Amino acid sequence: MIPVEKKEIMYIDNIPVEIHGERNLLELIRKVGIILPTFCYHSELSIYGACRMCVVEDEKGRLEAACSTPPRAGMSIRTNTERLRHYRKVILELLLAHHCRDCTTCASNEKCKLQDLARTFHIAGVRFPNTAAKPKVDDSSLCIVMDHNKCILCGDCVRTCNEVQNVGAIDFAHRGSKMTISTAFNVPLAESPCVGCGQCVAACPTGALMVRNDVSKVSRAIANPDVTVSVQVAPAVRVGLGRSVGLKTGEEAMGKIVAALRRLGFDEVYDTSTGADLTVMEEADEFVQRLESGENLPMFTSCCPGWIQFAEKKYPEILPYISTCRSPMQMLAGVVKEQKKKTGKRHVHVGVMPCTAKKFEAARKEFRDEFGNPMTDYVLTTEELIRMIDEAGMVFSELEPEAVDSPLHEKSGAGVIFGVTGGVTEAVLRRISEDKTSSSLQRIAFSGVRGFEGLREATIMYKGREIRIAVVSGLANVSRLLEEWKAGFCKYDFVEVMACPGGCVLGGGQPFIHNEEKELRGKGLYKADKVCSIRRSEDNPLMQELYNGILKDKRHELLHVHYGEKAE
Amino acid sequence: MISNRTELQTLRERCKQALAAEKRKILVCCGTGCVAGGALSIYARLKELLKERGIACEVELAEDPHDETVGLKKSGCHGFCEMGPLVRIEPEGYLYTKVRLTDCEEIIDKTIIAGEHIARLAYRSGDELCKVQEEIPFYKKQTRLVLEHTGHIDATSIREYLANDGYLAFEKALFEMSGEEIIDEITNSNLRGRGGGGFPAGRKWAQVRRQKCEDKYVVCNGDEGDPGAFMDRSVMEGDPHRMLEGMMIAGLACGAKEGYIYVRAEYPLAVNRLRLAISQAEELGLLGENVLGTKFSFRIHINRGAGAFVCGEGSALTASIEGKRGMPRVKPPRTVEHGLFDKPTVLNNVETFANVPLIILRGAQWYRGIGPENSPGTKAFALTGNIANTGLIEVPMGTTLREVIFDIGGGMKGNGEFKAVQIGGPSGGCLTKEHLDIPLDFDSLKQVGAMIGSGGLVVMDDKTCMVEVARFFMNFTQNESCGKCVPCREGTKRMLEILERIVAGEGRDGDIELLEELAETISATALCGLGKTAPSPVLSTLKYFRDEYEAHVYEKRCPAGNCQKLRRIWIDPVACKGCSLCARTCPVGAISGTLRSPFTIDAEKCIKCGACVSACKFKAVKEG
Amino acid sequence: MVDMERVESIVEEYGGESRQVIAILQAIQEEYHYLPREIFTYLSKRLGISEAQIYSVATFYENFSLEPKGKYVIKVCDGTACHVRKSIPILQRLREQLGLSEQKITTDDLLFTVETVSCLGACGLAPVIMVNDVVHPAMTPDGAVELLEELRAGEVAPL
Repeated sequence: MIPVEKKEIMYIDNIPVEIHGERNLLELIRKVGIILPTFCYHSELSIYGACRMCVVEDEKGRLEAACSTPPRAGMSIRTNTERLRHYRKVILELLLAHHCRDCTTCASNEKCKLQDLARTFHIAGVRFPNTAAKPKVDDSSLCIVMDHNKCILCGDCVRTCNEVQNVGAIDFAHRGSKMTISTAFNVPLAESPCVGCGQCVAACPTGALMVRNDVSKVSRAIANPDVTVSVQVAPAVRVGLGRSVGLKTGEEAMGKIVAALRRLGFDEVYDTSTGADLTVMEEADEFVQRLESGENLPMFTSCCPGWIQFAEKKYPEILPYISTCRSPMQMLAGVVKEQKKKTGKRHVHVGVMPCTAKKFEAARKEFRDEFGNPMTDYVLTTEELIRMIDEAGMVFSELEPEAVDSPLHEKSGAGVIFGVTGGVTEAVLRRISEDKTSSSLQRIAFSGVRGFEGLREATIMYKGREIRIAVVSGLANVSRLLEEWKAGFCKYDFVEVMACPGGCVLGGGQPFIHNEEKELRGKGLYKADKVCSIRRSEDNPLMQELYNGILKDKRHELLHVHYGEKAE
Repeated sequence: MISNRTELQTLRERCKQALAAEKRKILVCCGTGCVAGGALSIYARLKELLKERGIACEVELAEDPHDETVGLKKSGCHGFCEMGPLVRIEPEGYLYTKVRLTDCEEIIDKTIIAGEHIARLAYRSGDELCKVQEEIPFYKKQTRLVLEHTGHIDATSIREYLANDGYLAFEKALFEMSGEEIIDEITNSNLRGRGGGGFPAGRKWAQVRRQKCEDKYVVCNGDEGDPGAFMDRSVMEGDPHRMLEGMMIAGLACGAKEGYIYVRAEYPLAVNRLRLAISQAEELGLLGENVLGTKFSFRIHINRGAGAFVCGEGSALTASIEGKRGMPRVKPPRTVEHGLFDKPTVLNNVETFANVPLIILRGAQWYRGIGPENSPGTKAFALTGNIANTGLIEVPMGTTLREVIFDIGGGMKGNGEFKAVQIGGPSGGCLTKEHLDIPLDFDSLKQVGAMIGSGGLVVMDDKTCMVEVARFFMNFTQNESCGKCVPCREGTKRMLEILERIVAGEGRDGDIELLEELAETISATALCGLGKTAPSPVLSTLKYFRDEYEAHVYEKRCPAGNCQKLRRIWIDPVACKGCSLCARTCPVGAISGTLRSPFTIDAEKCIKCGACVSACKFKAVKEG
Repeated sequence: MVDMERVESIVEEYGGESRQVIAILQAIQEEYHYLPREIFTYLSKRLGISEAQIYSVATFYENFSLEPKGKYVIKVCDGTACHVRKSIPILQRLREQLGLSEQKITTDDLLFTVETVSCLGACGLAPVIMVNDVVHPAMTPDGAVELLEELRAGEVAPL
């Protein structure tokens, strides 16, 4: 029999809807434009089905959770009956009863899903006493603050940490009304396998998991007239602000960010893309050397601090294979600090990053100067920058774009695309490719390095030999690759690793973004690259200047690092 | 090791001959109850005495049977735990109750050697002496099919199981029936799962059989967690091979190669008996590769629970076998498609599997002749609470509550009056006097808001406070909630909170309505079956005993006189002679007065222990 | 001190499979009467599952203890049948005698642990308590105290 394509129709609130292989009713309901509330549904995580907010009613009055029921032809469901609304209200009331309700002073104020739904459903009062114990806030981590008082046990963080990142720092502990989210033996997060990637924060619907706030430290430094405060802005930040500052999602805004930072009182503003160009130079060199010697291949990239911690904590045997290049942030910070050394004035350097793990990287002992001062004193996330902009009362969208400060003002498009998965690889390939035409740029771009899949492969010819490349993002994907490597099946020469799925544009420090918009930020960076007059790092005139100047004797000291070596 | 059908048949015949050759049998009940009462030392003493008297005694069926031996056996639970330790003598069928170590000599000398009955050790029903077990009213009205062997055969011997037609059904299924035929037989018998929901077993098996998947599993739910239920335990302890046989037939029918038994950690004896049974079956070649020379291979593993009631729920149970937290998952996909290790899985409880060999052996027609059309077969119940005969019983489905409680259970314990019976554990509900003539079957109970559940029947008398019963069950569910879904985790906590304040005399206007609101939300929205049914005890007590709730909330009074904090104790000044005994008895010095004039109780100090009530010789200290 | 070789032999017994983690924890607990903390790190590496996950499993099931337990674990059954036949006074008396509470469940000399259990399935003999694996039927508060004395006497007897 020839299969006849038959339209499968079901009814949602009497609206006929075609089924196109949606995994569950929720996807279909949302397609129809009905906002069905949930706490625990994330399309990239396994289905948990615990919040019960998305229950719908079938024609017989039976209730089913939309997130876990597949659509069937002929099915008819209702999403918004009086009964359902009532149950949702009771569930919200039950959650609120167990929840810290200091909304006005919560860092998640107005970004909290519980608050949002309580408002949507007009919860006017809570009839139950708040009998929850008041557990201490865990602020041991330099990246993430965990406040159990605000946890609704939706498990989104647990599934993110385990399924997406395979970090396994947290899980559920105990059961029933004593259930909590916990590290093993409830040790502080800082002592757990947490790598600080912040993906749990992005998944948390309330303020139970927050990025550590370092705004006041930076503000104090700015306010101090004896201190020069310089700042660098990572590539992904410029496409990360989006709607929170009245822009389109993924819209490039580096010029406005520079203007905003100057208004906030930063003395000097730089672009981390410049640091990225240095990274490309060093990393390409290192890679070519390794290729020639055949030692320590595959070479793993080293820009991502979450990945570095992951390797240190879970796969220490991989450390010798990781490039010795410092991250772009630390390269640039080193150069900036070195330049200012002679001024004699106290100098604080700040990184504005899409990343929570960078806060940890900034504090690492490897990145201190000879006096023990950090190269990067503070790291602010994109979210924190937005907070400062808001606090200052700026209308961001109306700011006139400004340029970064010289002399470190030049960057290449290769440095800009560092913020998206595959970008580092593409930049390095542009550097090592012997063909310097624009068609070569095209070839590299379409070699397979671009895209959003967790693991992508590409093959490039270099000096007559085939170079096998893997671009991997999301630590669970990384784990799979490393397991293969351990088992001896790894066939790559070069592996780019980003801890966050999709790369830095979707870092834990970036504002929340809906799934369907996730690709827009990466596209924003590719667009920014395209309009750059310089596309290859080695064409950045600053490089020669630096190598002949400041870096002449300090190339190794300022640009390289050896993780896993014993601390002094 | 036997390698074909003929060898199995020969072995069975030999076992039968050996069993027949036993002149007498002494069956010492070695269920948990009687073991607790000292059954093991009684067994050892009897063995010692037989040796002393020079009587040939066999603890295992003789390989080479000869006449005049006495079989001494550790049997499974007889069910009449109240009267334990129990010793049964065959062929007469004498049942000796409350046997002590010192009785052993008399049993050997009088009964075994001289064949006399010892009236002193027999059960008396009123004035009537019940010599034989089957004469005892507790047993008379029962129909023991699933429990036919428990108490009657040696639970630790595969040979004895074989002698009682053991593995005959499996043999028939293996050599004479196709998978479809087995499933047809089970489907036609309309065997419904005994674990609670009553889902037709045949349909489940057929669904698993249909799955095109190399690996399939048969899982036996022995996580009998309902407080007040121990039917499955008795089967596992008393007739473990029966259950294995049921699982093997299921494996054969569905195309599974592996079976898992999940047993509560609180049942160490059941675990030991099952382990023994599995190793015996493996030794004989009934379990393992190419059973009896056929293509069928089957292995059975035991997983011990680790203390979580929720693991009685199918998906939580399989999660637990997989080494995870026992949290139920959303369905679909269903267990029959993606069950254990994500593979198609037949999941039934102990009693369901124990029914299977009978159906295969005697046929679906025969099985359907027992009990009502829609719920055929028998059901085992654990009869507990304020009832005269507590214990384990088995009756045809459709037997009325009245027959169970008054005929078999012997009515209420002491002089209490029947008030209610809690059926189906924490997921079930309460039934009252008006339900006494309701037939006990899946559908009839569902109609009145109760369920058979796994079959615990807790009988309550008029001194039981139904609000407190509801609180007890809510406390249980709250403790056992896995914590996954919001309605169950947070909702049951709030319900318990409200019930606690009601029984403490702090109930508020609106509390009853709030309980109902929460109960409705939880039953409608909770993730798993256990969550959905968690409010049942509250809903059913509210339905039949709302006045008791109201008395607690609005009058601060417990009509059953059970709730400590609502107890009011006062001294009737007319009846009080001023003897001061109550004041001297009071542990907290709450009673004062002058001799020969009426005493008074300081309500602030009184802890309502009731010591004064029992101390007063003039019944002047009153409650209420 | 935890003998890791012993732990390893237990893991071996279960084929080193992560799905056997519950059985492995049970076997370790039988050995040490509780789950010593150091085994978690070991099992995490050995079985390839995170320590947080093993902790998560261990805290889900009531029978696992992360604190050392007494030599005699006394479980007072508070199932329905035992509850209606007054099991709580037995629990109270035991706690009183041993200076224990709902929070502190093990005596300082690590001789006794007192806990409740939802049902031991010996309802016909209610109220019951279970000491290690032995069920004691038809218990009373006084009977429980006597039992304690017997257990204590058994402790000093061999000396």
